[in-house]
Amino acid sequence: MKRTTMWTAVSAAGLALALAPALAQESPFAKYQQMTAEGSPVELFELVGEELWTKPQGPKNVSLEKCDLGMGPGVLKGAYAAMPRYFKDTDRVEDLETRLLHCMTTLQGRSPEEATQRLFGNADKPSEMEYLSAYIAGHSRGMDVSPGMSHPKEKASFELGKKLFFHRAGAWDFSCASCHGEQHKRIRMSALPVLSDPKQAGPIVATWPAYRVSNSQFKTMQWRINDCYRQMRMPEPKFASEATVAMNMYLTVTGRGFPYSGPGTKR
Amino acid sequence: MNRRPTMKRTLLLASGGAFLLAACASGPVSERPKVTSGDLDQVTAVLKRDFKERGQAKMDRVNLDEVQRTCNLHKDNPPASVAQRLEQAQLKAIPFPEGSLIGNWKAGEKIAQGGRGAMWSDKPGAAAGGSCYNCHQISPKEGNHGTIGPSLLGFGKTRGSGPDMQRYAYGKIYNAKAYSLCSHMPRLGHSGTLTPQQIKDLVALLLDPASPVNQ
Repeated sequence: MKRTTMWTAVSAAGLALALAPALAQESPFAKYQQMTAEGSPVELFELVGEELWTKPQGPKNVSLEKCDLGMGPGVLKGAYAAMPRYFKDTDRVEDLETRLLHCMTTLQGRSPEEATQRLFGNADKPSEMEYLSAYIAGHSRGMDVSPGMSHPKEKASFELGKKLFFHRAGAWDFSCASCHGEQHKRIRMSALPVLSDPKQAGPIVATWPAYRVSNSQFKTMQWRINDCYRQMRMPEPKFASEATVAMNMYLTVTGRGFPYSGPGTKR
Repeated sequence: MNRRPTMKRTLLLASGGAFLLAACASGPVSERPKVTSGDLDQVTAVLKRDFKERGQAKMDRVNLDEVQRTCNLHKDNPPASVAQRLEQAQLKAIPFPEGSLIGNWKAGEKIAQGGRGAMWSDKPGAAAGGSCYNCHQISPKEGNHGTIGPSLLGFGKTRGSGPDMQRYAYGKIYNAKAYSLCSHMPRLGHSGTLTPQQIKDLVALLLDPASPVNQ
């Protein structure tokens, strides 16, 4: 069903493209991006995410509706755009998925093992985290990305993330900057944003989490960081660890100030 | 659903330039921070705590060797004397095979195309690729190439294919750090990603007069 929806939407987008040549005069990639945005099934993910947010689950059989994402229990509007941020109750900096995990294990009484059993989904079966991320991020559209930058732990998280970004290690001696550190570079045909550059990091953090057309999957920022480390030939970062949140913090602070326009659609 | 109009979304995505101008991003490009030996130890300790082994990607990969430590400490630009000493040590450790280092360029082309190998998602022991096209232009027949490394088009044609050039090409692929200490290029032989025969095949792709690289 999903695939049919996609193709119909993509064809429709193709038609729109033909009718709007002025919009399509940039690179083939801009055209492709435009088409994929038109055909994005992001709304479907947001709808399922809403169901999961309100569905009673876990030993306590309660929903996540009282989860405090930083704006007060159950407040969704603008919550994602203000993350990562420091949370007093856990005394740590958390990004969206880290915070969701906290709510699942406290509010719903689920075990960390159960809640982290299937963090990254696939095209056939997306994960609960992915659906929820789509739903919650969608409530920040139009709001400026403004992560926490005042608490000492927020500052420390940013500084750690910056060090991690430039730290070369692993079997292939890579750092994040090996690919995302120089202007106008590509891997194969994929343009590489310089993520230490606010102008380039901005549109990136303003559009994650995102739907990837190439594999029909909805992906979160925790996944994005995880998959970069996979390709860097490093061991696997633990989900919601301080290191992954710090990396997210570094990228988000660097790219702050852009209006959130996700969940996005990527190639 | 609080979705904004589709047209607005289209405009935003289609006109990246205008999007950038409209936004008020905040700070300058963040420079690579100057780190001390203590900082490196701190980051390594964080990696040990927050990462876990998976498949063939074991935790020993977070330990820094002297090359990585030096490049991190000097932001990839160590003093010449330090760089030379370490480059020579890396060069000395390359086990150059005897005889011709030119293998089969057709096999080399396949290895250059392949992007798998050394990742936790790769089957241990399965033949790896060199990920060469990810960063380099190599054969003129492959337009889908990256630009992080220099173009290698006409590599053998312009440099010749004698024993010295074979040795250089083999050594550079085996351990790029032996020639430029903080090169972006992975040490494909030294890291155990590619076998000596695979590296010879890549040397052939670069140097063999029959290779499309040199047409």
